[in-house]
Amino acid sequence: MKIKPLQIIAHIILILGVLLMVVPIWISFASSSHDSVTILTEGMKFHIGDQLARNYNEVLNEKGGWSEEVTAAKMFINSFIMALGIATLKVVISAMSAYALVYYRFKLAVPIFWLIFITLLVPLEVRIFPSYKIVSDLGLTNSYTGLILPLVASATATFFFRQFYKTIPDELLESAKLDGANAWSFFIDFLVPLSKTMIAAMFIFMFVYGYSQYLWPLIMTTAEEYWTVVMGMKIIYTESYEGVALPRTAERFAYIILSMIPPVLVVVFLQKWFIKGLIQTEK
Amino acid sequence: MSFLDLKNVTKIYPNGTKAVHETSLSVEEGEFMVFVGPSGCGKSTLLRMVAGLEDITEGDINLDGKLINEVDPSERDVAMVFQNYALYPHMNVYNNLAYGLKNRGIDKETIEQKVNDAAKLLQISDYLQRKPSMLSGGQRQRVAMGRAIVRNPKIFLFDEPLSNLDAKLRIQMRLEIKKLQQKVGVTSIFVTHDQVEAMTLADRLAVINNGIIEQLGTPIEIYDNPKSLFVAGFIGSPQMNFLDGNIKNKTLSAEGFEIKDIDSDFEGEVKLGIRPEHLSQSENSLINLKVDLVEQLGSDNLVYGQLKDKKDFCYRCPGNLTIEKGADLSLNIENNKYYIFDKSTGKRVN
Ligand SMILES: Nc1ncnc2c1ncn2[C@@H]1O[C@H](COP(=O)(O)OP(=O)(O)O)[C@@H](O)[C@H]1O
Ligand SMILES: [Mg+2]
Repeated sequence: MKIKPLQIIAHIILILGVLLMVVPIWISFASSSHDSVTILTEGMKFHIGDQLARNYNEVLNEKGGWSEEVTAAKMFINSFIMALGIATLKVVISAMSAYALVYYRFKLAVPIFWLIFITLLVPLEVRIFPSYKIVSDLGLTNSYTGLILPLVASATATFFFRQFYKTIPDELLESAKLDGANAWSFFIDFLVPLSKTMIAAMFIFMFVYGYSQYLWPLIMTTAEEYWTVVMGMKIIYTESYEGVALPRTAERFAYIILSMIPPVLVVVFLQKWFIKGLIQTEK
Repeated sequence: MSFLDLKNVTKIYPNGTKAVHETSLSVEEGEFMVFVGPSGCGKSTLLRMVAGLEDITEGDINLDGKLINEVDPSERDVAMVFQNYALYPHMNVYNNLAYGLKNRGIDKETIEQKVNDAAKLLQISDYLQRKPSMLSGGQRQRVAMGRAIVRNPKIFLFDEPLSNLDAKLRIQMRLEIKKLQQKVGVTSIFVTHDQVEAMTLADRLAVINNGIIEQLGTPIEIYDNPKSLFVAGFIGSPQMNFLDGNIKNKTLSAEGFEIKDIDSDFEGEVKLGIRPEHLSQSENSLINLKVDLVEQLGSDNLVYGQLKDKKDFCYRCPGNLTIEKGADLSLNIENNKYYIFDKSTGKRVN
């Protein structure tokens, strides 16, 4: 096989891209395996040091916060629950509302769709005070429900599901009807399996979205047991909190690396579905 | 009352299109009825109203003695084969067939039994585990049929199911559908725009034009005795020849010839229809044809040419006659087999 110059250039660009993505992560990881003094005096590291186990153990189990109760492990669990709840509910609700919009030809379907679409212009950050007011009036501050609920409606996912359902030929529905399917079984037996790939993709995006929420949990939670990873990043290892002691740079790196694991796992796990959907077109 | 009874059925789509006009029709139990007509004439609409996929604007549809106007499609116990088959892409063949049975709450063993029987009948037993995307056009067609048969419905509805197949397969599947229908004995309605398909499949056929049934009858009745200009032109291949003429005192005069003592009291402008196969060469000729082109089909020759007034004309003769391009033929109408239609209304007048 002859290699064309264009291919070489393309590969160089791709390799540069990969390096750009991977090197910072590697540096963080390598640096997280030294002790903070080394890093403060010698700068960030490219090679693995001997403090790996100690740093990670410390980060996961050290109790912090004003109450000296909350651990990083607890925050990971909180973030995971929040992201999982947001992603799952977003996917379920969007898929179902798109189903209603596409298959129930009621008069207001189009205006309602645009109304949903317009909410893209008002993200949570914009409506944060009214949202907070509602959630606190409902007595949901400092609860998982309060963390998740205001974020579960998704115009983006509804839009994507709607576009996908519209490509499904009408005959499929008609055929299913004649085979005795009702509205619910058509959704479960047809739309859900046909949109597996779509669901996996949406789930990944929405998981990452939920996982990286910062402002909402910050406002929502006063009890430290509901702190999330992203909040912890700000709070736990700041110098002010540590007082006069040395900044704990190595632990911070360990914390960053750990915080990346849940979303990465979700991507790795759902990737199979993606690829399946790509290689066998079923429609 | 017949098995399927349509009474003054009308369909007006929400956008105002009137697709079916006050149509009445009866289909007997076990009968193979074909709706044939040009594209857009309302055949599918009529069929889909029987299936329950379109609302009925006016009129009544009775199936097996029960008014089904308001019955949900899932409750009608009808099965439909679509033009693009509409197989369930994410289910294998087995589940495609089994799905309708599962929804009816039939137990697993019975389903398996029924699916296997249907698969055997249609010779798709070897593909039961495959997804539809891994089947050829003909196999998909069989699966679609299987899905209809397995449920043993009151009526089969086919909406142009053969039009996605290549010519050879189409003829083969046509035969198989006919055989299968005779074997299973289920009342069927088959929609097609192809008159050959219609003629070969139908016990009776309904020729539809502009949302109206122009004529209803057995294929031979319709071929021998078309009631209107449209039916005469639509049924028969190659198409019937039409010439302009005029009737006065039982004498029809057309460009270049006259027919005396015709069996009609009509007077005025008419269209004279002559089928290409109802002509023969003879001495005392009526029609003079100048040959442009000869298509040799083996058993027959199709001779295309022009009359004196440059009108296109076709003559079908046995394949053993040799006819040269450019020849002048004198033709006569065999056994007075000609059709006269009122030019303004298109109605048959002889
Ligand atoms: N959903 C619809 N809305 C409006 N008009 C329609 C619809 N479906 C079909 N029509 C119109 O109704 C007429 C009959 O259509 P159809 O029954 O599909 O014809 P055929 O099957 O004979 O080709 C056509 O003029 C078509 O344009
Ligand atoms: Mg049609």
